[in-house]
This record gives sequence, C-alpha cells and structure tokens, in this order.
Amino acid sequence: MNTKSLWTNERTRGLIFQVLLVVGIAVFIAFIISNTITNLEKAGLASGYSFLGDTASFDINQRLIEYSSTSTYGRAIIVGGLNTIVIAILGILAATVIGFIAGILRLSKNYLISRLVTIYVEFVRNVPVLLQIIFWWVILLSLPKVRNSLSIGDSIFLNNRGIRLPSANFSEGSVLVFLVFFGVLITLYFIKRWSHKRQEKTGKIFPFGFTALGLIIFLPALTFLLTDQPIDFNVPTRGRFNLKGGFNVTPELVALWLALSTYTAAFISEIVRSGILSVSSGQREAASALGLKPSLTMRKIILPQALRVIIPPLTSQYLNLTKNSSLAVAIGYQDIVSIGDTVLNQSGQALEVISIFMIFYLTLSLITSAFMNWYNKRIELVER
Amino acid sequence: MKLNLIRFAAMAIITLLSFGTAHASTLNDVKAAGHLKCGINTGLPGFAFTDDKGNWNGFDVAFCRALAAAVLGNPDKVKYVNLTGKTRFPALASGEIDVLSRNTTWTFSRDVDLGFTFLGVSYYDGQGFIGRKSLGIKSAKELDGASVCIQTGTTTELNLADFFRSNNMKYEPVPIETNAEARAGYLAERCDVYTTDASGLAATKSTFKDAENHMVFPEIISKEPLGPLVRQGDDQWADIARWTLNALIVAEELGVTKANVNEKAKGTKNPEINRMLGKEGSMGKMLGLDATWAVRAIAAGGNYAEIFDKYLGTKTPLGLSRGLNALYKDGGILYAPPIR
Amino acid sequence: MTIDNNSNNDKANQNIKPPPANTVGIIGWIRKNLLGGWVNTLLTLISIYILWLVLPPLFDWALLNADFSGSSGKECTTNGACWAWLDQRINQFFYGFYPPDSYWRVNLSLILLLPALAYILFENLPYSTYGRWFALSYPIISAVLLLGGVGLEGVTTDKFGGFMLNLVAGLAGIILSLPIGVVLALGRRSKLPLIRVFSIAFIEIIRGVPLITLLFVAVIIVQLFLPPGVSLDQLIRVMIMITIFASAYMAEVIRGGLQAIPNGQYEAAQAVGLGYWRSMRLVILPQALKISIPGIVNTFIGLFKDTTLVIIIGLFDILGQARLLQTNPDWMGKVDHETFLLAALFFFIICFSMSRYSINLEKRLDTTNK
Repeated sequence: MNTKSLWTNERTRGLIFQVLLVVGIAVFIAFIISNTITNLEKAGLASGYSFLGDTASFDINQRLIEYSSTSTYGRAIIVGGLNTIVIAILGILAATVIGFIAGILRLSKNYLISRLVTIYVEFVRNVPVLLQIIFWWVILLSLPKVRNSLSIGDSIFLNNRGIRLPSANFSEGSVLVFLVFFGVLITLYFIKRWSHKRQEKTGKIFPFGFTALGLIIFLPALTFLLTDQPIDFNVPTRGRFNLKGGFNVTPELVALWLALSTYTAAFISEIVRSGILSVSSGQREAASALGLKPSLTMRKIILPQALRVIIPPLTSQYLNLTKNSSLAVAIGYQDIVSIGDTVLNQSGQALEVISIFMIFYLTLSLITSAFMNWYNKRIELVER
Repeated sequence: MKLNLIRFAAMAIITLLSFGTAHASTLNDVKAAGHLKCGINTGLPGFAFTDDKGNWNGFDVAFCRALAAAVLGNPDKVKYVNLTGKTRFPALASGEIDVLSRNTTWTFSRDVDLGFTFLGVSYYDGQGFIGRKSLGIKSAKELDGASVCIQTGTTTELNLADFFRSNNMKYEPVPIETNAEARAGYLAERCDVYTTDASGLAATKSTFKDAENHMVFPEIISKEPLGPLVRQGDDQWADIARWTLNALIVAEELGVTKANVNEKAKGTKNPEINRMLGKEGSMGKMLGLDATWAVRAIAAGGNYAEIFDKYLGTKTPLGLSRGLNALYKDGGILYAPPIR
Repeated sequence: MTIDNNSNNDKANQNIKPPPANTVGIIGWIRKNLLGGWVNTLLTLISIYILWLVLPPLFDWALLNADFSGSSGKECTTNGACWAWLDQRINQFFYGFYPPDSYWRVNLSLILLLPALAYILFENLPYSTYGRWFALSYPIISAVLLLGGVGLEGVTTDKFGGFMLNLVAGLAGIILSLPIGVVLALGRRSKLPLIRVFSIAFIEIIRGVPLITLLFVAVIIVQLFLPPGVSLDQLIRVMIMITIFASAYMAEVIRGGLQAIPNGQYEAAQAVGLGYWRSMRLVILPQALKISIPGIVNTFIGLFKDTTLVIIIGLFDILGQARLLQTNPDWMGKVDHETFLLAALFFFIICFSMSRYSINLEKRLDTTNK
C-alpha cells in the first residue's frame, strides 16, 4: 500500500488525525510541566498541597462547620466552599421562582405589568452583575441601623447588619420530633399517590395542599409539645454593639442572593417565555374548551409541555449563577474565592489555590448538569 | 503590501513576546529595555493614584520615579504594572516587574520563604481602628461583640484575629476588598469600627462629612513596615534600589532638596553630601551606575520629606503627620545608614 | 381571544352601532389593560406605587440636586450626585491612559468596525469581494491602529483602559473565538472518538469554571508555564484566556446551529461527492453560522459584560477607572455611586441595543426559513 492510498482511506486518516492530536497535547503538557518545574525551582518556591495543614489565623463570619482562627487553611477553604454552595442553592431556588413568575407575567394582558417586567428584564440583563451586587448591598445598608432594629415579637430582628433569627438547640427528645416530621412526609407521599388514583377513577379532587400543610405543621408541633419541648430556642438579645445569640443572616449573603437571583431570573424569564410560546395555542384553546381555569391550564397543560424546551437552557443558567457567585469578594461574602484569595495572599501558593478553585467549580458544574440531565430524562415526552 | 503586513505582524509578535534573560543582571535588563518595570497598587489614596491626564502619582510611585532616574537618567522611563494583593508576588517572582513598590509589609515569611529581598522601610504604618465617638468607648479593648469592617488584602485580617483572640474578645469580621466599599459599610453602620492601616484610616476619616464625630482609637495593633522589594539573588540590583531609597532619606537629613540638589552637586563643604552627589569618592561606580545617580534620584521628586509632604502630608487631603516617619533626630524612627 | 376578527369586511354590519364609549379610546384601553379584574387592578396599583417610590428621589439625586462643576470633590456640597469630575475624567473613562492626541486612532478603528461587520453579515453589498478582504484584514488593521507601527507612534498595552479596553477585549475575544469555536463544535460532532472526547472535555471544563479563575490563571500562572526568560504581555495573556473562555461558549452556540441543519443537507453534500471539509465549508457551515448569529450576539453581550472582571486582576477598564477615581485623594468619598452609575449606563446602552438587534435578526431569520 503506498502513502497515497493510506491518506485516502478514511479510517487510517482518522487514526492519523487522532494520533497527531494526542501527541500534540502530550507534548504541550510536557512542555508546560517542565517549564513550571524549572520556574518554581528558580524562584525557590515549594509546590504541593501540604500548606493546607498550616494554621489559617484569620476569622470567617459565616461558617456552617466548626471553624476558628486556629483552624487550618484546608478547613478555611472547606468553609468557603460550603458558603458558595449555600449561595448557589439559595440563588438557584429564588432565580427559578422569580424567573418563572416574570416569564409568565411578561405574557400578562395587563399592559403596565408586562411593560414593567420587560423593563426589569432588559435593565438587569444588560448591566454587569458585579455592579448589581454592589447596588443591592448599598440598598441593604440603608435598612434601619442596629439600634433601631425592626423586630417581630422581640425574637426576629431586621437591621442593616442582617436578619437575626432565633437558633434552635436540639436536646435528646428532639429526635422524636424529626421522626414524626419525616413520617409525615412519607405518609403524604402515599396520600398523594392514592389521591391521584382516586381522581383518575372517580374524578374527585382531593384537597391535597391544605391537608399536607396542616399535617406538616400540626403533627410535629404536637409531638414537640407532648415530649416536654426538647428543642429550645436561643432568642437574640440586644448586646452592647450588636444583637447577641441566635442566628444571623448577613446583608452580604442577602445582597449577593438578591443580585444573583434577579440577574439570573431575567435570563430564565426569557427562557420561560419562549418555552410557553413554543406550546401551540391549540393546547390552550383545548384546555379552555374543556372548562379548565386559566391558572390550572397554565399549571397542568402549558408548563409541563414548556418544561421540555425550558430545562436544557435553564441548566446553563444554573451553572452561570453558581459561577457568578465567585464575585462575592466585592462585598465581602466569604465564599471559596474570597477565602482562597486570603489563603493565597498569606501562603503564596498560587498554583495550588487556583487549582482548588477550578476543581471545586468543575465538580459543582458536573453535579448540577448531571442532576438536570436526570430530571430532563424524567420529564421527556414519552411517545407511544 | 501583503508582505509588509506579514512582516509587521511578526514584529508585533516579537514586541509582545519579550524575551528577557532573567539569569542576567536586572540592571542590564532594565538598561536594555530602556524602562523600569515597577509594580504599584491599583489605586490607594496618597500612595498610587492618577491625575487628570492619567499619569500615575503618589508616594509609592515617587520611589519608582527616583529609581528610574538613578538608573536610566529619566524619571519618566517607568512602565507601571498595577498589581492587586494577590498578583503582586507572582509578578515579582516571575520577572514581570523589576521592583515592587506597593505598600507591602515586610514580614519574615515574605522575606525568607517567598524569596524576596526587602530594601528597607519607606513608611512605618500600623493597623488601627476608627469608630464613632457615640459608641462611648475609649479603647479598642472594649470592642467585645462588635462588628468590624476590614479592608482585606494585606495582613489586616490576621492581625485582627490575633488581637481579638489574645484579648479574649469576640467579633464579627466583615472583610471587604476595596476601601470605597469598606468605607461605605462603616458609614452606613454596617460595622461599629473600621480597621486598616493607620494611614488609610486618616485618609478615610478626611473624607467624612462629620469627621469630628469619629475617632481613631489609640491602639495600633500591628507593626506594618511598608517598603519596596526585589527578587532575591541579584544583590547588585537590590543594592541600587536600597541605596536609592536611603539617598532620599539622607537627602532630607542633609537638607538637599529638589530645588538645591543641582547647586549642591557642584560641591559643598559637607563631605557626606559630596560623597552622595558624586563629587567625592566613587559611590556611583560601586553600584554600577555613574557618579550623579543620587542627584537624579533626588531631582526626580525631591527628598523624602518633599515626597511625603506632596502626597501624604498635612497639606494634602489625607493630612497625615510625620509621626514615626519623622527623621530620628525629629522624634521619629526614620534612620538611613550613612553613605560612606 | 375575542371573536370579532372576521367581521371587518362584512357589508351587512355597516350599520352596526359604535361600541360603548367606555370600551374604546384611552378609557377603554385602561379598563381593558390595567383594570381588568381585581388581580389586575391590584398589580397595577402596586406597580404605580413602586414607580412613585423610586423615580422621583432618583431624579432629584441624579439631576435636580446634583453638582455639575468644580475641580475637586470638596466643591460638591449638595446632597445630590457629584458630576463635577465628568469634564476632567470622562476621556479616561472612554480611552483609559491612551495618549490624547491619538484618540482618533481608537475612534477610527471603531468606525471601521461597522463596514467590516456589514460585509460579514450582509451578502448583497457593492464591492463585496474587496469588502470581504477588508473584513478579514480588519483585526490586523485595528491592531496596527491601536498598537502603532507602520509610521504610527507605538502605544504599549498598559495604556489601554476604560471603555475601550472592554470593547477591545470583548471584540477580540469574540472574533478570535469564532474559528476556534467552529473547530470545537465540529470536533464535538466528529466520528473520531479521541477528537470528540477532547472537544467535549475542553468545552465542559472551560464552561465549568468561572471566568475570574481563568483570569487568575492568566495573570498569575501563565508566567509559570512559559519557558524561563520569556514573558508575555499581560493584556495578551488576558485576551488569550478570554478567547479560550469565549470559544467554549461559541462552540456550543455553533453546535446548536449545526444540529438545526436537516440531515438532508449533509446527505445531499455527500451525494454530490463533496468530502468532509468541503461539504462543511460550502454547504453546512454557511447555513449553520447564519442560524447561530443571534446566539453569537448574545454570547458577545455576555462576554462584553464579563470583561468588567478584569478589574479584579488590576486592569483599568471602565469599572477600573471608576475605582481609580474613587481612590483619588481629591474625589475620595464623593463619587462612589456616580462613577458606577455611569459605567452601568454605558453597558446598558450598548448591550441593550445589541440585544434588540439580535432579536430583530432572529425574527428576520425566522421568516426566511419558512
């Protein structure tokens, strides 16, 4: 076989391309690694992750796990990572709710409402999110000062240092309350299935929402009272400078949350709007011909069909929100980037810290994508 | 036409990919490049800021200009590289800049572990607190339970943690990256007190409409000797930069100013002035420069006092007094070794 | 939906009575659109209340009570906004530290962008062959204009700043990422497993991390990757990272375009004997790119907004200039909101008009496809 026929053969050509690619990448990576090693040696810098065991000696104001300034860098980064996850989850939930409402309202017949929502969407979409984060923070700072806190029953306080809620201390008997709570959840699942079946057979609609709400609140509360009140609440009190005790939601968290969720919601509303418009109007007309109320039509007919168009782009919005949370550093919400910056600043381990950032965000992205793909599969159109 | 374009593209690529020889001496690199690459802050009142024309000014910038004048003969031959708290050390280590003049605290680990050489102290700072007088406290030791706004990026967070821990107090840290936002947080009473270097506190306080209602607490909780630094391993370059800084301080001591330096360079009765300005001895040659290196350094922006007064002193919006940064004979601790 | 659509041309209805006065005209419109049902009325009232709450104070602060003249922040004494810095600093917000007597070079390269874009986007323009060549050489022409050379005075990249930096970084990112994006998109749909895996890995990794971590890599780590003694201009490193970032997003947009091309087109191209590359170049890509234009514009808007993140690594884009003025001793504490507001306004104007354009384009492409 001569070289010419080798080249014209599609399979061998494909093979050659791939081998070239692999060799190219391998050479490139080897080049980078050898340069990096020489450069690090020349600068006399140590590499490796052992610095994660050193003492951090700085404080963090929002920590989901035990942390103090005597903890290690590694633990500080974990605290930051958890803070990123908190803002990502809160942001995704709020952005979804706001985005769906705004998307539906944009199609509202009320002129003022649809215009206002359009203005909101256009304005928020076209301004860098960094500016919006700072904007919300400045707005929150104009809440009442700590001395003039707004309070509800002297147990929940609102001021420009955040929202202070009572925190719960769980003593031994509290396990029972939780057991009852989860028991109710499981029971509700079965009630739901039963009510579905009954509706399919008889057409009777079971008032599931009210029943569920009642059971979820009533039964655990009853257990709580009967078992000698095993959970006691640490109610915030006024201290010399600040409120003491309880659990504080900082304005930085809230500002970041508002900024990220309104920003992402603007994009989601566009996705939802075009998703709804993609459902053919025959569906809506058919539903109203059957006598369904408009709200029920939206919930039971339009949205389930629109979701199939909505989910894939929605996923990338979720990823964007998570990634944008890395701008938290501007207003001092201590996420992984903010804490990683401090660690980098103190330890000088640039390569290592940045690699931790990347692996962390990549993992979050993969988990989110995997979950959304699973959900997408579940709601996919089942064609018979 | 096409060939021309290709040739031009090649030239552009070569200029953008600058092949420096990091193993050779920094002095030769700087001379070959024709400019000094000086790392400065991205904006810090008094230390590095721009004027209406977009030119960089400030206390840290003045050192870059003096060094460029001493080495290259022209204070304008500086390429400023603006660095943040985290990009400054990698930039210096990788050779992207020749000298870092960015209010950097001289600490053990930076000097030893990160492989840098500090040239001396150009500004003695320390971390302090500012708070409202209406808090009714006189000392930072009464701050148990307070919220503290911190401007991050230096060793501020660590000093604060140490201070509160050693005094057995609790606090809520609110770490913010820029002075603008941190100040906004303090003014809105997001925090009870604001902590950063004392120079920054004074600058911040000067912008308050009701400055008389705020006070800087007496405690200075850390030592922050700020100074320029270079890479370890090029002693000649470190010497040049170090003695440029020292020359500015010695010039104040000896009364050599921007206005009279050229006059005094012609020769005076004071042998130390003569040595510094190249009339006696061969100080310049020992450094690898010419005899009038110090004349140019001083002529660039004046001596230490002139630079301080121009950018930080009581006549500026910052209104800092010399304090620790006065000469040792005026009650401060500024003390340069003799040029001998 | 009402049922009066079909009666327009019906002559039998000519003597029909006019509708009641309160269902037509302004009153009718208000009744129908604002006050239909109590929910609508409530929403309307809430909307009006919000507008009333926000607009008058904002107007007072930004214009009525504002200071417009003065040479330092001390001269801004009212409670409103301080705009006195505008006349001194506005050029820096636009051009950064670019030499003032060379501003025309920035302006010219921006103006030349319009015909270059036009020749790429529209087919039936006069002199289209020259136009295409011009469009292709535009990146080089603008690079010469901005950086100097060929008789123009050289300007180093550290002088780039302000809004111009956002534009340069955004445009360069989007233009350079287009070919890379095409290759990655084709790679992702390739039949060769290794090429496909590499493309997917590249796209997903880049899309999975925030841009600021890539920018950290550009300023902190790229130097470590280069051979000792070689250093790369900072702005170039940043632009490389922005391009890499944009090309991953671009690849996904173009993949969408490729997927929208019906299989018949692929098969037809094969049937007339075109090989893979020729069928892509002549048949598939021209169609796929055309469908992708709205997506590309949206990617550009996103990228353009993201260019503000260079402030975090110490470059002076328009936000950087705002920060810089905030730290100037003369203006400190007076211009925190004003400078950011100005920056937000610029972005809004540019991004809003681009997104309108992309919606327009989408509609036009929609009709041509039917």
